[in-house]
Amino acid sequence: MTDEHIDHKVLSDLREVMEDGYVQLLETFLEDSVRRLSLLHEAKDAHELGMAAHSFKGSSSNMGAVGLAGLCQQLEERVRQQPLYGIEDLINQIDQEFVEVQRFYRSERERVSAG
Amino acid sequence: MPAEQGLRVLIAEDGAADRLLLAQIVRRQGHEVVTAENGEQAVALFAEERPDLVLLDALMPVMDGFEAARRIKAMAGEALVPIIFLTSMNEEQGLVRCLEAGGDDFMAKPYSAVILAAKIGAMDRLRRLQATVLEQRDELARHHHHLLNEQRVAKAVFDKVAHSGCLRSSNIRYLQSPYALFNGDLLLAAFTPSGDMHVLLGDFTGHGLPAAVGAMPLAEVFYGMTAKGYGLVETLREMNAKLKRILPVDMFCCALLLNLSFERGTVEVWNGGMPDGYRLSAAGEVLSVLQSRHLPLGILAPEQFDDRTDILPLTAGERVFLLSDGVVDTGDAKDRLFGVERLREVLAANRDPGQLFDEVMQALERFGGVPRDDISLCDIRMAEPGGLAPVAPVYSDSGRSSPLDWSLSLVLHADSLKRFNPVPYLLQFLQEIHGLRPSSAVLHSVLGELYSNALEHGVLGLDSRLKQDAAGFAEYYRERGRRLTALSEGFVRIALRVEPMAAGGRLTVEISDSGTGFDIEKVLARPASEKGLSGRGLHLVQRLGVRAQWLDQGRRARVEFGW
Repeated sequence: MTDEHIDHKVLSDLREVMEDGYVQLLETFLEDSVRRLSLLHEAKDAHELGMAAHSFKGSSSNMGAVGLAGLCQQLEERVRQQPLYGIEDLINQIDQEFVEVQRFYRSERERVSAG
Repeated sequence: MPAEQGLRVLIAEDGAADRLLLAQIVRRQGHEVVTAENGEQAVALFAEERPDLVLLDALMPVMDGFEAARRIKAMAGEALVPIIFLTSMNEEQGLVRCLEAGGDDFMAKPYSAVILAAKIGAMDRLRRLQATVLEQRDELARHHHHLLNEQRVAKAVFDKVAHSGCLRSSNIRYLQSPYALFNGDLLLAAFTPSGDMHVLLGDFTGHGLPAAVGAMPLAEVFYGMTAKGYGLVETLREMNAKLKRILPVDMFCCALLLNLSFERGTVEVWNGGMPDGYRLSAAGEVLSVLQSRHLPLGILAPEQFDDRTDILPLTAGERVFLLSDGVVDTGDAKDRLFGVERLREVLAANRDPGQLFDEVMQALERFGGVPRDDISLCDIRMAEPGGLAPVAPVYSDSGRSSPLDWSLSLVLHADSLKRFNPVPYLLQFLQEIHGLRPSSAVLHSVLGELYSNALEHGVLGLDSRLKQDAAGFAEYYRERGRRLTALSEGFVRIALRVEPMAAGGRLTVEISDSGTGFDIEKVLARPASEKGLSGRGLHLVQRLGVRAQWLDQGRRARVEFGW
């Protein structure tokens, strides 16, 4: 996994801060992200879409998922400019990035649980 | 910097992972954590748990952070419950909204444990500061309330003492701010047994209760000694000694004392540290200024205390005007003082004495614009002899122990004459005789007059004709002081004889001196114009209707009182 997806310094800090709760934090983030992703897809207007992107950006940045956070920020800024055509591309990129992130955090969880 | 003690921190954040992370960071810093998922839960939890500090996500479902912040601040009331907004917003508008909603700080995502600890620490200091301020404010309010209550009680007690005097006499006009006493101002007036009037205007150093406590003992001495017939000099000495004894070093009392003798048409003055008083003609012109010539009371040891008084003529209708330093020391916006010049202008412009106080107060208001609470004004008019009716003293004994058959002879030699006035002691003794009480005022006047005749004209050889104008008056009393200080021989003898008579009794007083005597016929034959200020007091004694004789070529005076 390259640094464009994950900030490894943030991750090591998280592990230190969370101590035994690290695995739980990873799981919670993964579950929460699935919910946030579906909120992105179900958004009925620009405002809802912006709010969802904003929240997802915040939690991604806390978790060191810098690529995902960056895309969410782009989306948050993009929804302020009508019309919204071409915005699906951005949402698709977020979906793809989340797949990468998901894969990484799952392996991280396995690694820590095993260790 | 970690907070000094663990706080109870409420975290409201809708993202589960963010909440988990934040709770762990805060807990690791030694705080207790309660968490909420949205604004509504946060408000409910705040009411329930009363946390010390709140971390609030700005954008949350159900109720957002802005609304929650407003409600939490309203519930917290005066106490400071710091709110730190959690936000991934970086636009100015969003951050401004956080502060406007009552937020005290904000914190950007991603969270940094170090920055969060520093912020919680800073907010905790603010919170404690506010708590301390509130605590001190409440304590101050309690103290203030307590103090006001004490002042009310002290004022009530003191008003009783102060008003046992004769401030309500028809010849006295005075004005004092309601709480002048707590600025150290004190005004007392009382009749002596012979019908003279003693007045004291004093000003203790300091403010509040400390300034007022000295007033009680001072009033006690003033009233007690005046009632017993002591003169200004004895009263001053006693007041100074008492204050010196009881007051701390940095406390003293500026005072101006007057003795108005209506019979003699004189005013005796002692001014220690008070602003100038004024002797005014009936028309209000300044006749002379009563300047401070002494240190205030309570500073000098008794042996250093200067009790010299000035005696000035004051005829019926003339006045003495006294004031406290609150008048001349009133400052305007530029810190200039009202001063003596402006006061003199007000005095000069005055036409109706009844309006003088109003005119002074109006001038002060025009000048300073701020009403003050340390103003005392007093205006005393000289009355005709017998024009005022002193309140008769109340005696508490039955009179059964009246001594009715005795005699006494007292001789005072030079050294005693310098420092001791026996008259009040003798009068005190004579008060034991019930039959004499109705004529006690006359007795005081006559005994006082004859004693000072014997001392001044007999022993000291002073000529009363000096006293025919104001300048001669001053000269007379200067000379009196000079000769008394230099006195090395001479005596005054006072002999009292009390005999029971058929229905009552008789007191015979004889006062003789070591002087050369005088020609009684010649003095009584002097023209009326000289009688006002001089005349060896013979006219006074005659006017009081007492049987008087002069024997041994004027060296021995004899008077009789019968009842």
